[in-house]
Amino acid sequence: MPCDGNASCTDNGRTAVCPDPADLSFRIATLRVLDEQGRVQPTAEPDVSEAELVRLYRAMTLAREADQRMLKLQRQGRLGTFPLCTGQEAAACGSAFALRPDDWYAGGYRDLGARLLRGEKLETSLLYWAGYEEGNVSPEAGRTLPTSAIVAAQTLHAVGIAYAMEYHGERAAVLTSLGDGGTSEGDFHEAMNFASVWQAPVIFLCVNNQWAISMPRSGQTRSRTIAQKAIAYDMPGVLVDGNDVLAVYQATREALDRARAGGGPTLIEAVTYRLMMHTTADDPGRYQSESELQEWWRRDPLPRFRTYLEDKGFWNADRQASLDEEIKAEIDAAVQALESREGLAPDAQFEHVYDTRHARLEDQRAEFLANLARESHHA
Amino acid sequence: MPKMTMVQAINRALDQEMARDDRVLVLGQDVGRLGGVFRVTEGLWDKFGPQRVVDTPLAESGILGTSIGMALAGLRPVAEMQFSGFSYLMFPQLEGHAARFRMRTRGRWTVPLVVRMPYGAGVRALEHHSESKEATYAHVPGVKVVIPSTPRNARALLVAAIRDPDPVVFMEPKRSYRAFREDVPEEDEMLEIGKAHVVREGTDLTLISWGAMMRPVLEAAQDVQTRRGASIEIIDLLTIAPMDDQTISDSVRKTGRCVVVQEASKTLGIASEVIAVINDKALMHLEAPVRRVTGYDVSPPYFARENAYIPGPGRITRAIEETLDF
Ligand SMILES: Cc1ncc(C[n+]2csc(CCOP(=O)(O)OP(=O)(O)O)c2C)c(N)n1
Ligand SMILES: [Mg+2]
Repeated sequence: MPCDGNASCTDNGRTAVCPDPADLSFRIATLRVLDEQGRVQPTAEPDVSEAELVRLYRAMTLAREADQRMLKLQRQGRLGTFPLCTGQEAAACGSAFALRPDDWYAGGYRDLGARLLRGEKLETSLLYWAGYEEGNVSPEAGRTLPTSAIVAAQTLHAVGIAYAMEYHGERAAVLTSLGDGGTSEGDFHEAMNFASVWQAPVIFLCVNNQWAISMPRSGQTRSRTIAQKAIAYDMPGVLVDGNDVLAVYQATREALDRARAGGGPTLIEAVTYRLMMHTTADDPGRYQSESELQEWWRRDPLPRFRTYLEDKGFWNADRQASLDEEIKAEIDAAVQALESREGLAPDAQFEHVYDTRHARLEDQRAEFLANLARESHHA
Repeated sequence: MPKMTMVQAINRALDQEMARDDRVLVLGQDVGRLGGVFRVTEGLWDKFGPQRVVDTPLAESGILGTSIGMALAGLRPVAEMQFSGFSYLMFPQLEGHAARFRMRTRGRWTVPLVVRMPYGAGVRALEHHSESKEATYAHVPGVKVVIPSTPRNARALLVAAIRDPDPVVFMEPKRSYRAFREDVPEEDEMLEIGKAHVVREGTDLTLISWGAMMRPVLEAAQDVQTRRGASIEIIDLLTIAPMDDQTISDSVRKTGRCVVVQEASKTLGIASEVIAVINDKALMHLEAPVRRVTGYDVSPPYFARENAYIPGPGRITRAIEETLDF
């Protein structure tokens, strides 16, 4: 398919969407640091230390490996349905990597790498996908909101948080992420408008993975880019190659700097691809072309970033081998922690309904526990 | 008669109604090429094309709002909410408009649409994929709320809903989608909306439920009947709103005892309304207080803990026996 990887190109019996920014009648900033072979465009290269670059690469690798292990666990019935993030590590990690601890993060549900970079323990994520509310409790991740499964709802929360930060006189910002499908929801447009009216320090990151379950990007919106939706709200819109982790990082950092300095919101579109099924319950063979998928595997963000690191002399086969071992051990430990879990009370759902307990609910809790005791007695 | 799952039976209703009436069309997220996330609309896109099986952008208010427009202008849209947990995003359109056009315009403009949505727990799903909020919709005057319990009645009720001149919220118990099969006749079959179904006649106690709870209800009734020889009358509401007061009160006047079973949380559930109907129409015939077996007043827990929270045969059996022994 003739597409430069810098733009979405899903032709599924509909009009192909392959905009060349030069053809647009309006200006959309585009950003790319690494080409598809991982070679750097020196003028665009961000100034990041070796240690930090390696930390970023590690986070992406951990997200990829954890995703693949989770798929196995799900197939064995040890986890529930979950959305896979493989292929989107650059978008999730590159953006979260630009955050400071006092910034907020309000993401969606396909952003494991971002959560891990924010400090969430893998074990906590696993607990969430194993069907426990406790998997939402992640104090290590600081100002990070839990998984949001209602598409686009979090974008409005982000704007409110930004308002509150300004109110408190804080010079920090909020990163909120959503998918290409999410841009069709009213909540997203309301959030963009509020952020613009309030000049709120919010970065909207649209991770355009070309699909919303079976709906291709081209059926979701006729806008030739998602980034251009920013124009209507009079905020900067930036189109980045979402498989180029340094471009995502750079675009996010610039937007954060602007937001913290009082320059208001930014919309970033990171063009990437969902390399696996929507969730473990999905069967993309019904709607996705194999050749398109293969095309995007060739743009896999991981080898691309690794090539860059190798060219810089920061990485080699030995370091990769020890990282692989380290990550395997980390995942093993998280799985073990998940499966030896303790202290997950059966009546946990009666906790935290309100700030204080109420007689009506406590009666129901007692009834619940009595029922449970009877049923397990009979079993 | 072919044996079908509920998914297949609903698919048949859509297929046959679309073939019969070219005003009928289906719209929603992933209903086309994919055939819906539960495959309820499988095959329809190939058969009827993208103009009648519309994959929409990801926007629930958009789906229902445009369905209203289609209905006003002579079409018969069957909109799908991918899960009932996302249907609240279309609530303003339903409450403010679909439900009111008839009243607002003294009958000049009407909104004959169906909005289908899988609801309920028990399929190991994620947050927002397990609620039972039928009471929320039943609380909207002008909207009919229908909940089938078996493949055959799902098919017959959906046909009736599509032909109904008013907006119908059609809630599908997703736990029953593939749980069992039933004979579904080839030929046209309709069940009247607004009528409950007496599944089994009895004289000692009336057991009332709907949707996915009908299975544990039948199991519990069977258990008590075998062990104690009690004669239990079982009512499947099928239509939640407007409720069939007559069938409920006739039965309770006869048996004098009643248990209502609902999956939804307790407060202001449909069970509360059933008990109010009994209070209005059969109070003096009661020989025991009416019991309800319901969910608890908490959000449905994530799937690891959900089974303990769903009313099951054990709780229902105990409620029946305590009511019989009162
Ligand atoms: C409000 C709402 N409607 C529907 C859904 C069901 N659903 C879950 S994910 C999804 C597709 C989302 O696509 P996109 O926003 O592109 O994100 P992606 O899954 O591709 O990361 C849909 C329709 C939902 N979770 N929330
Ligand atoms: Mg997407």
